[in-house]
Amino acid sequence: MILTNIETVPGKTIVKHLGLVNGNTVRAKHAGKDLLAGLKNIVGGELKAYTELLQESRDEATQRMIEQANAVGANAVVNVRYSTSSVSAGAAELFAYGTAVVVE
Amino acid sequence: MYDLIVFLTLIALGYGFGQHAERKHFRSILEREKELKTLLCFSERRIPEQEVPVQGQLVSGSVVISIDYFKQFVAGLRNLFGGRVTAYESLLERARREAILRMKEQARDLGADSVWNVRLETAAISQGAQRQQVGSMEVMAYGTALIRKT
Repeated sequence: MILTNIETVPGKTIVKHLGLVNGNTVRAKHAGKDLLAGLKNIVGGELKAYTELLQESRDEATQRMIEQANAVGANAVVNVRYSTSSVSAGAAELFAYGTAVVVE
Repeated sequence: MYDLIVFLTLIALGYGFGQHAERKHFRSILEREKELKTLLCFSERRIPEQEVPVQGQLVSGSVVISIDYFKQFVAGLRNLFGGRVTAYESLLERARREAILRMKEQARDLGADSVWNVRLETAAISQGAQRQQVGSMEVMAYGTALIRKT
């Protein structure tokens, strides 16, 4: 599965468009991690636990999008976009969407 | 009285560690930016015609960065008078540059020599925790890495 965030796949031609595919995941923060993050808020700096958590969630959203693309028989997804929204305090939704295509 | 002591200690801790961490971070950012100077990033979505066979792949990099207690206090004061909030400016600059660097590192590992259509996404997380407005920011950078097949 080839993913790009431009309209085309470099070096290949699109032969068929199969429509929009998307994947999402909603994650809540871990209470323990939240406590550590609260401490880190005093001294500043990178919150590694959160970076990892969000990266993992985003990978999962992407994976779901890929599964959906596989189901419709695509071999690439173009114009991939990511978006993040906070659903409630302590939970975030990560969303990935794109156009499923067949390339040659 | 006791509250004031705790508050001042937190401010001092935030100032000391925060400034040190920021300087260290900027040093490492500058160093790695120099290293990855040859890998170019474009926000342009149209890739010029290539003479050699190419391959594209999505690359991304993200970072969650938190503000320190001292800066949060300063930003709070700034809110009263208005104007530039430099405390947050440097926080966001660090986060953006770090996210782009991580994306570039991923692209380099794939053997790419440029990244196209770079997009940056910023999200405020830990909103609503206690009464702070912006405790930490997440920045994500993503783009299409162009790999030349030789």
